[in-house]
Amino acid sequence: MSQPTGQMSARNWDEFMEGVWRQNPVFVMVLGMCPTLAVTVSGVNALSMGLATTFVLVCSCGLVSLLRKLIPKEVRIATYIVIIATFVTVVDYVIQAVSLALYDALGAFIQLIVVNCIILGRAEAHASKNPPMAAMTNALGMGVGFTIGLLALGTVREILGAGALFGVSLFGADFQPWVIMVLPPGGFFVLGAWLLFFATLERRKQRKQRNLAEATQNA
Amino acid sequence: MHESAANIFINALLANNFVLAMFLGLCPFLGVSGKLETAFPMGVATTFVMLVASLCAYGLNLLLTAFQLEFLRLISYIVIIASSVQLVEMVLKKYSPALFRALGIYLPLITTNCAVLGVALFQTAREYDFVQSMAFSFGGGAGFTLALVLMASVRERLQLSDVPSVAQGTALSLMLAGILSLAFMGFAGIGG
Repeated sequence: MSQPTGQMSARNWDEFMEGVWRQNPVFVMVLGMCPTLAVTVSGVNALSMGLATTFVLVCSCGLVSLLRKLIPKEVRIATYIVIIATFVTVVDYVIQAVSLALYDALGAFIQLIVVNCIILGRAEAHASKNPPMAAMTNALGMGVGFTIGLLALGTVREILGAGALFGVSLFGADFQPWVIMVLPPGGFFVLGAWLLFFATLERRKQRKQRNLAEATQNA
Repeated sequence: MHESAANIFINALLANNFVLAMFLGLCPFLGVSGKLETAFPMGVATTFVMLVASLCAYGLNLLLTAFQLEFLRLISYIVIIASSVQLVEMVLKKYSPALFRALGIYLPLITTNCAVLGVALFQTAREYDFVQSMAFSFGGGAGFTLALVLMASVRERLQLSDVPSVAQGTALSLMLAGILSLAFMGFAGIGG
């Protein structure tokens, strides 16, 4: 990608980082929970789900943004869903062709990308009001943020529940896996723990700012 | 593959509960489970949509298979679901405006409830016949309602207790869901 001017790329960077960090879909907005929890039993699954969702997100936001002046307001949601479903069908067939093992591991959750609230939310809240370039940058940021969130869950669950990372055993044969972590309850617990962690960080930052404000006031 | 309808029903209701074991329909599960009085109607409305969607999906799948148009399956399922949600919305608006307002944005969002699309997709993937499909979708809907009601009851109780303020909100709900999910694992094995 070429960088037209400094200001332009700064704005793009800002659009991009919104999804990756400030509005992270998994940790801040808590959207798209179903695939997040269901497929993150291992790092590989998490990564491929993240990439598939990112692809659908970027393509559908681009197309929605291109067509934003043509789509009548009354039927916009239905139109968005049909656009999203088309790209999901593409991804579904591509994954099936590339790796059948992965296809079986993710199961119906590839097709369930259609109802991932992140995608419809982005199409409605951002892509329908912005030119294609900005919409796609924003979508890419959201996709990357989603992938990071999935990886954060998937790697923790794989390490605790199977003693491995991306299929590579970490602790040797004597490791007693914490099986519950790769079972459904583990998904809820790990995500809850991550949210607690971020809430604590946020709390600490606020306290620091308050202390600083008080200190300057007293001085 | 020939399971009895009763088996499928129990399985979808308890052992493979849609929300707590298969992670379907988590958005409304976390969003509407704050109060018992909205949780139950939401569950019933979703169950109804699931039944209608499952019925239509079954018929549609026969049609698509007959014309060898399987690649259109996903798109046509989602259109069907969107229309049945519209139907439920109109019925509710006419007969129970109070409930309609209480459910608010979550009603149209049933369209993007993975549990509904999940029912349609799973019944196709597992090649259930008509009776099996109906049992599956009714069990799934009842299981969704059960999870929603349980969660809402626990959360109502929890409002009276002293929770560390950092853990308030979604983190707490997720931990609760985890514990509920652990409890439901005890059902593993029933219904095959």
